[in-house]
Amino acid sequence: MARDKIISADNAMSRDNILHKVRTALGRSAGQAVAPPPPVRLRVPEVPMEARIASFITRLEVLAGKAVRVRSMDEAREFVAAEIAGKTAAASNAPYLAECGITGLPGVRSGIRDLAELREVCAHVDIGITSADYALGDTGTMVAIASPEEARLMSLLPPAHLAVFPKERMLTGLDELFTIVPNPAEITSSMVLITGPSRTADIEQILVRGVHGPGQVTVVIVG
Amino acid sequence: MSVEFDRKIHTTLADANLQLAVYTATGRLKEKRIEAVSDAWLPDYQELRTQAHATKKHAIENLDYYLEEFERNVEARGGKVVYCKDATEVSDFVLALAKARGSQLIVKSKSMTTEEIDLNERLEHHGLESVETDLGEYILQLAHQKPYHIVAPALHMTRYDVAEIFTRELHVPNETVPEKQTLIAREVLRQKFLHADIGISGANFLVADSGAVTIIENEGNARLTTSAPKIHIAVAGIEKVIPRAQDLAVFLKLLARSATGQLLSVYASFLSGPKRPGEVDGPEEFYVVLLDNGRTKLLPDRSKRESLYCIRCGACLNICPVYRKIGGHSFPWVYSGPIGAIITPQFMGVSHEPGLPFASSLCGACGEVCPVKIDIPKVLLELRSDVKKSEAREGQNRLEKWAFRVFAWVMTHPKIYELAGRMAGGMAPSGDGKWIRSVPAPMNVGPLKAWLSERDLPPSPSKSFREMWRNR
Repeated sequence: MARDKIISADNAMSRDNILHKVRTALGRSAGQAVAPPPPVRLRVPEVPMEARIASFITRLEVLAGKAVRVRSMDEAREFVAAEIAGKTAAASNAPYLAECGITGLPGVRSGIRDLAELREVCAHVDIGITSADYALGDTGTMVAIASPEEARLMSLLPPAHLAVFPKERMLTGLDELFTIVPNPAEITSSMVLITGPSRTADIEQILVRGVHGPGQVTVVIVG
Repeated sequence: MSVEFDRKIHTTLADANLQLAVYTATGRLKEKRIEAVSDAWLPDYQELRTQAHATKKHAIENLDYYLEEFERNVEARGGKVVYCKDATEVSDFVLALAKARGSQLIVKSKSMTTEEIDLNERLEHHGLESVETDLGEYILQLAHQKPYHIVAPALHMTRYDVAEIFTRELHVPNETVPEKQTLIAREVLRQKFLHADIGISGANFLVADSGAVTIIENEGNARLTTSAPKIHIAVAGIEKVIPRAQDLAVFLKLLARSATGQLLSVYASFLSGPKRPGEVDGPEEFYVVLLDNGRTKLLPDRSKRESLYCIRCGACLNICPVYRKIGGHSFPWVYSGPIGAIITPQFMGVSHEPGLPFASSLCGACGEVCPVKIDIPKVLLELRSDVKKSEAREGQNRLEKWAFRVFAWVMTHPKIYELAGRMAGGMAPSGDGKWIRSVPAPMNVGPLKAWLSERDLPPSPSKSFREMWRNR
């Protein structure tokens, strides 16, 4: 980040003034310790894997997403090949996609490490293919953790998003996610929970999908 | 009540189409919320509310501590925190940054905080282009209007209004199908996203232990705003801070359910700092603007500071019999409904619109649906008291004071009371159980006239209770 003086002396003064006002109003002094916050409330239920997957599929379908289950990585590749037939597609650098052989499919742009290229490709392909770091069974949610392997725009700019991940990543829900990842900032600059296709109801409360993000979300659960 | 407030209310009440639109939309949101928090979907709803309340209470009571922790963690990840006391400081900061980077185009995602400080207008005044990208907000920006509702900003508009606005402002053919209107906006805004240098978002939560901002949305415009441009600026009120990322498990469950009846919003972004080494995309610079703008004024009073727990779900608007009749634009500031009625007087001073805390039936529904258990009716009562005290200080309402003195005297003198009762009975028409819809001239004057114009009176009985008691 450039080291220039964007943050003015006024802002520095405002910082001290605001913190001073807050402390005066609350009867606190600078650096004063705090009593412990209310204990964290995380309740991870016992849900068998099969039930988690079934719930995930149901929830996503209610939101007009599509979820399929395949037995093997080969089947995943075949499913993806059929999905992208006649269309243009790009894939993220997720190792799992390479292991499935998806990045090697004809017609799939992959291995993108350059920002300009990424933006250009994602703005024009029909389908963006990613993996997912976790999924939440009770809400039909995918968890996308940004990294050199997973760019943010791949699941965002193309009109369709296709995600492929092994069933072991299926968690019960939010409480389990925040148990496994208590502080996402330690592992990533961006963690996004994705629950179904992009949607809006801003005009007369009529539901329209694909307003800014993908209007189609397809999930392939492997195993 | 100011003339302006009164006029806006009457205009809204007289508009049958608007009445139907607001009543239908809020009704739908209300029903969806009820289902989403029902035992079938969220059996521990009440426990979550209690936890959310306790967490917000703790954070606000130790606000300076968590702001500093948040700041340290943002800076540890390469971001910057900018404290601003008011609207001018925010726009000065954005303008200075835009100038230093040679930026001209800004994309914005939905944020009530930036509405509060008229950020777009301020930036555009200085020659920058600042484009709202949430569909509803974009329509409103084109129409030069303020949000009608905290969550559903264009709730008052029809597809025909949108068609007219798009045709006029975007020079596109008349299009009245919402799906196609959405596509028009998508195309225009997609180009803005790809060419903007700066993205400005709000923040639903500031997470102290992570230095992260959390943004909840359905459209994907906030994701684009925060990941396509080189610079991301999040603008948030200081009250948005919560202690831990793990607290989000509670708040995320409550927010989407209370707002729109969804189990989770389509997107929930947890963003901490600029992109890290090796990442292909993401912002290169990350700023969090922490805004006071009157918030510190709410802190000294123990019960009124609860107003700062609000997570802007809009559930109190949808359930409120007053909001559902008078609509969002009748309210004197960007925050409408019950939450607007308690924060506006505290931010702007009670004399900004003295009628506001009284524009409530005190039915208590707002307090019942609040996911963080703000006791809105109690705060309304305290603000009513503040309004009266302030009017007394300014020597207003002498007439009211005098009237109450007479009332007290009459009520403590039984003979006078009976006489007064007989006089009033003699003036008001008597009837056999029917309501009196128009009151005769001697009573229909001055303040009584305004009061009676919206109310019917029961007819005066032929015999008073006292007479009946004596003759029993």
